[in-house]
Amino acid sequence: MARHQDEAAIRAVGLTKRFGSKQALAGVDLEAAEGTVLGVLGPNGAGKTTTVRILSTLLRADGGRAWVAGHNVRRDPHAVRERLGLSGQYAAVDEKLTARENLYLVARLYGMRRGAARRRAAELLARFRLEEAADRPSGTFSGGMRRRLDLAGALVASPPVVILDEPTTGLDPRGRTDTWASIRELVAGGTTVLLTTQYLEEADQLADSITVIDRGRVIARGSAADLKARVGGERLSLTVPAAWARTLTENILSTLGPHTPDLDQRTGRFTVTTEHGARTLEYALGLLRLADIPVQDVALAPPTLDDAFLALTGDGPAGESDGGEPPGEGGGDSTPEHAPAAAAAGTGSHARGEGR
Amino acid sequence: MRIVNRVARDAAILAWRNMLNLRRTPGSVIAALVQPVMFVLLLAYVFGGSLGGAGYRTFLMGGIFAQAVTFNAAFTALGLASDMDKGIVDRFRSLPMPRMAVILGRTLSDLLMSVVTLTVTSLCGLLVGWRISASVPTAVLGYLLILLFAFAMSWVGATIGLVARSVEVAQSAGLIWLFPVTFVSSAFVSTSSMPGPLRAVAEWNPVSATATAVRRLFGNEPPAGLAYGHAWPVVHALPYALVCAAVITAFFMVFAVSRFRRVTRG
Repeated sequence: MARHQDEAAIRAVGLTKRFGSKQALAGVDLEAAEGTVLGVLGPNGAGKTTTVRILSTLLRADGGRAWVAGHNVRRDPHAVRERLGLSGQYAAVDEKLTARENLYLVARLYGMRRGAARRRAAELLARFRLEEAADRPSGTFSGGMRRRLDLAGALVASPPVVILDEPTTGLDPRGRTDTWASIRELVAGGTTVLLTTQYLEEADQLADSITVIDRGRVIARGSAADLKARVGGERLSLTVPAAWARTLTENILSTLGPHTPDLDQRTGRFTVTTEHGARTLEYALGLLRLADIPVQDVALAPPTLDDAFLALTGDGPAGESDGGEPPGEGGGDSTPEHAPAAAAAGTGSHARGEGR
Repeated sequence: MRIVNRVARDAAILAWRNMLNLRRTPGSVIAALVQPVMFVLLLAYVFGGSLGGAGYRTFLMGGIFAQAVTFNAAFTALGLASDMDKGIVDRFRSLPMPRMAVILGRTLSDLLMSVVTLTVTSLCGLLVGWRISASVPTAVLGYLLILLFAFAMSWVGATIGLVARSVEVAQSAGLIWLFPVTFVSSAFVSTSSMPGPLRAVAEWNPVSATATAVRRLFGNEPPAGLAYGHAWPVVHALPYALVCAAVITAFFMVFAVSRFRRVTRG
């Protein structure tokens, strides 16, 4: 075991945490080798932030052990803090301070002298393309700029391990690509990164290995390729308004590959997993045209977290997925149960639920 | 010793950050300065006329100083609660710095705020006819005593901010206790007309002791109608005020720090 600790930059064994009646973590194991990116994927309420808070010494686990950069988070939190950069879910920048002052403050609190802190702040401002806005109060920043500043704050002491809690949640597409670029740069420098996300695509883009958690438990782990192989390719969806044509459509879509199409009876929306994306789409539309079946809202979308969960567990995510729980269903906070998972992100998941 | 240096250094850095914050929210600073000025004018001219006129205005200032710095504790409560609320405290806690520095930084910046409050209040006092009739060193001692008391009250505010956990609760809880604590005292009136038990409370109130000791150090003798009683804390106001400040600081420092550890451990 001792050898393991040396090899892994982040390692957690059997972490448990309970908040009142809610079991937030029910035994989470994680491991990230030095210089790699570990993606922790899961819906809201799965336990991602709790895990991050335990690893970054902000919260004490009820059970289990964890090491960051070889130091036990419980026994030697100070050593962990010296080697860890944290960028939280809600960018913790001081809105009244300028970007430069924010970074200078963090640098000083890492123990740097005035001159060194000033130089470090300037370096990071340049690296995160914040130079122009450097002397404006950060309260005036866009969401993407704020995240970049928070990320820069996590890197002030050039820590060997960086934890990013949902670094792109709430960002617009531009802010997201910006943040991704910054994270890639960071990894290129040899830093070990733990990244939590609700987006399968993000984990796929950035992570070397992915751990999927749900209801405080690990439900799958592997490389992005492993996971994608299990989850399958893109989702083709289309709506057939005419009820008479639906059986025929189902038969046609069934011939496309090994996957069975789903149908939402109410809206007439079909969804089927495809392995060849656009080619399958063309082929399917050709067949439907030959059969003279009118279709609407044709879409091809990458698998969402919902799809991934469905493929991995044969079930939807149990946590409160992004605005997913139907109002009135309630209970999601304290008693996690099988709430019907609504769309976590984008299209491609409407057809499930009733259709299955 | 190294840890003490580290706490002092990090607290000073955080105090700098808090002062920058204050400077950029002039509204809250002005509100904090208007308050004592308003109390000076209200008490000096609305109540003062029937309480002794010019003599009362001289008597009043010692009480106003003690009250003004006590009210600054509300600042501490609000500042800490809002930092916790915005996740800034989490950022600090993820850094390799002593926990204690976060609260000490806040109480230090509020001490600087109290210096500003005292300056403005003193100027206002001069305008209504208050004068210091003591030697410079004694007067300096008077101001130091008020600042010591300000520091003690700031730890009370810090504890309230940490217990409140939300900005809204901190805002009301941070204010509500200030009125009984500053008014059930000899800050503005003589305790001699108060009913027995209330009078005892007022006489032992650290606000009374501080106000009385400051008046003595400033050479502001009370007018005939507002003469002090002969209770022990009144006769020994200065040593009693010093002991109070030390005990309050020590108690609430321990309380606030342990509370901080508990709140932030989750």
